[in-house]
Amino acid sequence: MNTLKRYLGIIWMLLGPASIVYAIWNAALELSPNAKTPPTQETYTFWIIIIAIFVPIAIGISLMGYYAWHGDYDHLDEERGVPE
Amino acid sequence: MPSTPTNLTTVEKKTIRTVILASSVGTLIEWYDFYIFGALASIISTKFFPSINPTAAYLSVLATFAAGFVVRPFGALVFGRLGDLVGRKYTFLLTLIIMGGSTFAIGLVPGYTTIGAAAPITVLILRLLQGLALGGEYGGAATYVAEHSPGHQRGYYTSWIQTTATLGLFLALGVILLTRNSLQLEAFNDWGWRIPFLISIFLIAISIYIRLRMNESPLFQKIKEEGTISKNPIKESFAHRANMKMVLLALFGATMGQGVVWYTGQFYALSFIEKTCNIEFVEARNIILIALVLATPLFIFFGWLSDRIGRKAIMMTGMMLAIITYRPIYKTMYHISDVAQKQEVAQSTTNPNNETTVILKSYADNTTYKETIKNISSPKPSVTKEVNLGTRSYWLMILLIFIQVVYVTMVYGPIAAFLVEIFPTRIRYSSMSLPYHIGNGIFGGLTPYIATRLTTHLDDPFAGLWWTIAIAGLCFIIGMIYMSNKIDENVAD
Repeated sequence: MNTLKRYLGIIWMLLGPASIVYAIWNAALELSPNAKTPPTQETYTFWIIIIAIFVPIAIGISLMGYYAWHGDYDHLDEERGVPE
Repeated sequence: MPSTPTNLTTVEKKTIRTVILASSVGTLIEWYDFYIFGALASIISTKFFPSINPTAAYLSVLATFAAGFVVRPFGALVFGRLGDLVGRKYTFLLTLIIMGGSTFAIGLVPGYTTIGAAAPITVLILRLLQGLALGGEYGGAATYVAEHSPGHQRGYYTSWIQTTATLGLFLALGVILLTRNSLQLEAFNDWGWRIPFLISIFLIAISIYIRLRMNESPLFQKIKEEGTISKNPIKESFAHRANMKMVLLALFGATMGQGVVWYTGQFYALSFIEKTCNIEFVEARNIILIALVLATPLFIFFGWLSDRIGRKAIMMTGMMLAIITYRPIYKTMYHISDVAQKQEVAQSTTNPNNETTVILKSYADNTTYKETIKNISSPKPSVTKEVNLGTRSYWLMILLIFIQVVYVTMVYGPIAAFLVEIFPTRIRYSSMSLPYHIGNGIFGGLTPYIATRLTTHLDDPFAGLWWTIAIAGLCFIIGMIYMSNKIDENVAD
């Protein structure tokens, strides 16, 4: 299980930047003057809020991946809690 | 009481009941204050934010959509820090005063026609204060109850706090409906809508009175006497790797999925049956309210069960069931309200005036359909569709919403105990508040908005569910692989 936790850490590390790129790409498409539906004030508000909020969260999941890759989550059962 | 007790005496049982009452009443009132703004948003926007002024309209969008939810994590940081420095009791007393004061003040703000742009700016500031206060309240109440509870019943006792969000919604809808029914529509729209805001001051006064009589949390009192209170809770919570890894795990392995399941079951479901299924306004609310009434006791049940089989087991089961069944549930909801699938038995068309046509249809299962077309001579006539379900379909719809609320009770009932147990006393308030409010305020709070946007953009009535399924799915994987199901009975660390 610890090996799985560590290797999945790489996926979480990559998921952060991938989701930022995906959000920015979609924002650019929707806010482009050539967009299928012309952008309105609501479109700008939506993307400003989404990017401002989710970029720090995406950085957070990358950080969690980094911790997982370094084995920080390997021994949670021993660190805290008592057997049921 | 230096550590959490294991067997309660009669006096201790009475104390814990008072603790739960004091915490729950305050938290319930804070939820009430938070919800009345949303429930009266359409009236508020006409009073404070005239659509002809683009800046004011922009502020309206920010105030009604973003401010209340997005600011919650900041409230968690501000009041979490305070709670770990000066104590739980005075901090969540402060959040109560801020919430009550801002709600009462919203009821007093003159409209745009009287004070111009100052009206939307004042309302936006007050809404920000409401969000900040809510961000500080929950962590304090959950911590306070948990630190009084015996280890083997922490899930049960903290689950009472978990019912307050749903009960706050009931109270808000109840007070609004009562005020609305006591007044003429014109009077309600003119000044009556202020009453639910103004009476908040009485509710807050009662809650402050109850809370002032309470003592500080025994665990916080102990570390205060020992001089081991954190000097910088924010730094300890989020700059120390050993604790930050748990904050991230709490967010990505629990609260993120819990937030989207909660807001899908209680809020997006209402939006879906009203806007996509065209269920009539009052009937849609009745369906949700009945399902909520029936399912609310399950918050307590799953809190109690989590003391026996672990928090993770219940939360992950709830999340998994939601992921697997959301699409079939929503497809059935759509199907039972789709009049094209029903056998029509009667139809009539009336023209109350030259500009309006009303089409009434009834179906073999007693479902009725009303289509009102206004401004028929204009290039874009407005069409309103209202469906009132037949008895069988009506109860089937309630059952489908009830199932979703059961998932809510599974993921939400044990979460307070889970969060309390993974963080140490000295930084518990700060550490648990942030992941809770990012999970619920951001991932959950934005669910109806993002889901509705996906549905519109992809032109698929079920596309909005992919947001919930993707977030809950990711959270389920992380939670299953990384989280422990062991119960930490001693939280006096």
